[in-house]
Amino acid sequence: MFDKTYDVVVVGGGHAGTEAAAVAARCGARTLLLTHKLETLGEMSCNPAIGGVGKGHLVREIDALDGLMARAADAAGIHFKLLNRSKGPAVRGPRAQADRKLYRQAVQALLRAQPGLDLLAGSAEDIVLDATGRCTGVVTAAGERIGAGAVVITTGTFLRGVIHLGEERTPAGRVGEAPSIGLADTLRRLGLPMARLKTGTPPRLDGRTIDWAALEPQPGDDPPEPLSWLTERIANRQVACAITETNEATHAVIRANLHRSAVYGGRIEGVGPRYCPSIEDKVVRFADKGRHQIFLEPEGLDDDTIYPNGISTSLPAEVQAALIATMPGLAKAVILRPGYAIEYDHVDPRALRPTLELRACPGLFLAGQINGTTGYEEAGAQGLMAGLNAAALAGGGAADRVLTRAEAYTGVMLDDLVLQGVSEPYRMLTARSEHRLALRADNAGLRLTEKGIAWGCVGSARATAFRAFGQAVAEALAWARSEAATPAQFTAAGVAVNQDGRRRNVLEALALPTALPQALDAMFPRLRSLAPAVRTQLEAEALYAPYLERQAAEMRALAREERISIPSGLDFAGVAGLSTEMRQRLAAARPATLGGAGRVPGVTPAALAALAVHLRRQPEACST
Amino acid sequence: MSAGDTISACATGAGRAAVAVLRVSGPGAGAVLRAVAGGLPAPRVASLRRLRDAGGEALDQALVLWFPGPASYTGEDSAELHLHGGPAVVAAVAEALVAAGARPAEPGEFTRRAFLNGRLDLTEAEGIADLIEAETEAQRRQALRQAGGALSRLVAGWSARLARLLARQEAFIEFEDEDLPAGLDDSVAAAAAALHAEMSAQLAEAPRGERLREGLMVAIIGAPNAGKSSLLNALVGREAAIVSARAGTTRDVVEARLTLAGVPVTLADTAGLREAADEIEAEGVRRARRRAEDADLVLAVFAADQAPDAPTLAAMSADALVVLNKADLAAPGSAPVGDADPTLLPAGITAASEGAAPGRAGAASPGSGPGHPVPAGALAISALTGQGLDALRLRLEVRATALAGLGEQATLTRPRHVAAVREALGWLAELPTAPVPELRAEALRAALRALGRLTGQVGVEAILDLVFSEFCIGK
Repeated sequence: MFDKTYDVVVVGGGHAGTEAAAVAARCGARTLLLTHKLETLGEMSCNPAIGGVGKGHLVREIDALDGLMARAADAAGIHFKLLNRSKGPAVRGPRAQADRKLYRQAVQALLRAQPGLDLLAGSAEDIVLDATGRCTGVVTAAGERIGAGAVVITTGTFLRGVIHLGEERTPAGRVGEAPSIGLADTLRRLGLPMARLKTGTPPRLDGRTIDWAALEPQPGDDPPEPLSWLTERIANRQVACAITETNEATHAVIRANLHRSAVYGGRIEGVGPRYCPSIEDKVVRFADKGRHQIFLEPEGLDDDTIYPNGISTSLPAEVQAALIATMPGLAKAVILRPGYAIEYDHVDPRALRPTLELRACPGLFLAGQINGTTGYEEAGAQGLMAGLNAAALAGGGAADRVLTRAEAYTGVMLDDLVLQGVSEPYRMLTARSEHRLALRADNAGLRLTEKGIAWGCVGSARATAFRAFGQAVAEALAWARSEAATPAQFTAAGVAVNQDGRRRNVLEALALPTALPQALDAMFPRLRSLAPAVRTQLEAEALYAPYLERQAAEMRALAREERISIPSGLDFAGVAGLSTEMRQRLAAARPATLGGAGRVPGVTPAALAALAVHLRRQPEACST
Repeated sequence: MSAGDTISACATGAGRAAVAVLRVSGPGAGAVLRAVAGGLPAPRVASLRRLRDAGGEALDQALVLWFPGPASYTGEDSAELHLHGGPAVVAAVAEALVAAGARPAEPGEFTRRAFLNGRLDLTEAEGIADLIEAETEAQRRQALRQAGGALSRLVAGWSARLARLLARQEAFIEFEDEDLPAGLDDSVAAAAAALHAEMSAQLAEAPRGERLREGLMVAIIGAPNAGKSSLLNALVGREAAIVSARAGTTRDVVEARLTLAGVPVTLADTAGLREAADEIEAEGVRRARRRAEDADLVLAVFAADQAPDAPTLAAMSADALVVLNKADLAAPGSAPVGDADPTLLPAGITAASEGAAPGRAGAASPGSGPGHPVPAGALAISALTGQGLDALRLRLEVRATALAGLGEQATLTRPRHVAAVREALGWLAELPTAPVPELRAEALRAALRALGRLTGQVGVEAILDLVFSEFCIGK
């Protein structure tokens, strides 16, 4: 009944789809990636940057599980910057601006080199369900029926996508590409809760028409810090960005044409991201701010396209031209392609299990923007987790590969999505994690790679290198906890400490605000011989350990609540003391644990207490 | 217990009374009321109804009130039946309610349901519990304030400010590459310091609120036969303790309750402090010393005809109230005592004797030989004649008000309130020395969580333990 069969079929070739397909194949699943055009695999459809604060953490986690994004970004990066360098290691976020073409090429090369993965140009118009309602394959627009043990849909903004450019509306997924209307109808037929979101993109400028001399250049870090743990050094030539800014003249143009903006003209119903507002939003909502920064980011080494980061807009093309011309350095800038807003359907992620499998349709996984997120990194991390679970399910096992909130930002994101749903496009922020000090970009491998090895998604090269590194860190930490010096020894080395007679170990010494690195190196010569990445781990441990200890009781309490499971079939109507509203909220999110129930928005402490009473009174229910 | 559960109970005390109130709460409350009262009255309007059992027999003529949920005390459909208060009437109607589908409520179950249904937060529920337990006017006012959400509002205000600070701190962390206002990081630290000062001020007031809720403990100590038991009896106006001329009559602690300036006070009469003659007395003396240590206030009693004894002087705290009992036995003018206010002294006793060092009074009384001086500020009284007792009572009231009076500020009334605020303050105190902004954010988050525990916003399991240990509140 099928024309051909795979273990895993991934629909969509963006950041979620490529990670999903690659990880499924790494796990040994025979995998097909089905996408409209093979040339756009790995396309960066919005800004040409990967990483940042929170997002950089996700990229490192993808990398720790041997994913593609960090390696591709290193191969394509032309401007690297470690954000929050002056702050502590937990909130430092690596970021790279990539050459768009090199990035595509890197992703495509990695996919083509991946054994067990086929790439196919085409569009999925429908899915195939068996008599039990389980998803067993897809049907392409060409009428081909492809069987699969599990299907991952990663169609981004293609579901009933509509592009708004001033008064014009064009159904489309990305400029020049058709939307997936058939698939949207299929998902609606499944009775999934859907909602509409919007996002936007700025106009692209011709770099040859920008007066760079009038602008302040922004060089990247030297040396650049790679995103992937496997990358030794960045080979590409590095380029600078520049900063310009809006002014009163810009704002006057925007205000005069506000009614012609798709958003303010009332032609868009979707909700946009607060942290990535259009320039119209910025001018209206922060009317007292006389200027807004615009970063001019090159899209490639041999490409003159410039991405003006910070000026996303849905105003008509001629208004865009007028407002661009008001800014320093852009008086003569030519717009290569106008900015636009895009509205699209997404599935309410509360319909998903923590593995990203649809509760209503076993075998069908969703990842990326279709789940209401924004950003390449958020999409990639979801694709990775969906692909891992799809491969496990197709291999005859259980789809049970999850990362907890205590382990990874990826775990935080999936937990947030499936419990809380989204009210605006979801973006990762470090503030979303209650374990921020422990979930660092610098220790993603230490947190996750061993787990990835057990899941079978980490290649042998990384596994071997990682184990040596893990060993070195463990040994260095053990040494740093046991090696100590007296106050007199510190004083002799020129480090001021209280003369309290207490010996301080190396970790405590590293945490002393008065201690210069050279002085400590002289006192503890082994510090000098540590690899920089190992020393970084010691320094982070030294900085945060006292806090982590003080929070330990709190964290144990959280962990205890995470261990109290809520039976998947629990009828919330049978829980005494729950109001109708609480029952509805809990039933929509179906938290798996008491801790999860506490994160369902709007659920009151009293409702949690009632639920806990219920679970406590039925101990037999907790073991299911 | 299931969601379909409807409970009923008598809300008024046991025994014969003019009126008894039965309450019903739960999804079946309407059906139960219809069954016994023949229909539902208009919501929240008192209606006179004849109550009947299932067999149609009339049980009572009663005032009936119907409170549809969620606008009821428990948040559920509820009813109140105001009956004639005879035990037979109450028993018959209670039985009819159960026959109609209600089950007898467990102690505290109505308030527990109100809490579970979100009608009360934890501090408000505590306030209700205190209100029921309140014995004095000041306790009642303090409890009512808490039940009405005064503590909730205070904590909510602090939490809102902390949340705002945290938001600013987080913005500084997450959005480095945006042009945020300059000085954002420093402004957080400054505002946190202001909040720390305010919360500290509240915490300083907390012992008063706690003492008012718990009652003030006053220990009467002194040498054997100084007249401690007589003084206790004189203060409470009844023979609470056995009095005899024999030294060592009181061997254990004898307690009596009285109210001073609206503050409930437990007066504890203790064994006289001396080298004990036997094991039983020795234990009594140990208990006396422990009471003196634990007491909020010590009332040290000396006999005017004896030199002050060393054991009592050693056991009394610096802020003890000192009385010189048996003033009727002392010769006029012979027992000079220091006192801040000579007008309070009984006739015949003069303030600080000439020649005595300021602030430290007096010589020993005649016939006692060289001994310890009477401590400054001692008040001459006679438990026997009543001399000086009004003055003592006045001093006790002044001290009770200072220690436990209803203050405008005292809103933290339980040890767990104090513990939570103290923990939050501990985290806020970290801010100035935290070396990096994410540690400041962590401290703010931890402070928020500590405050959340007060009103039950976080820490489900811990809160649950409180719910189970504190919410059987006897109604």
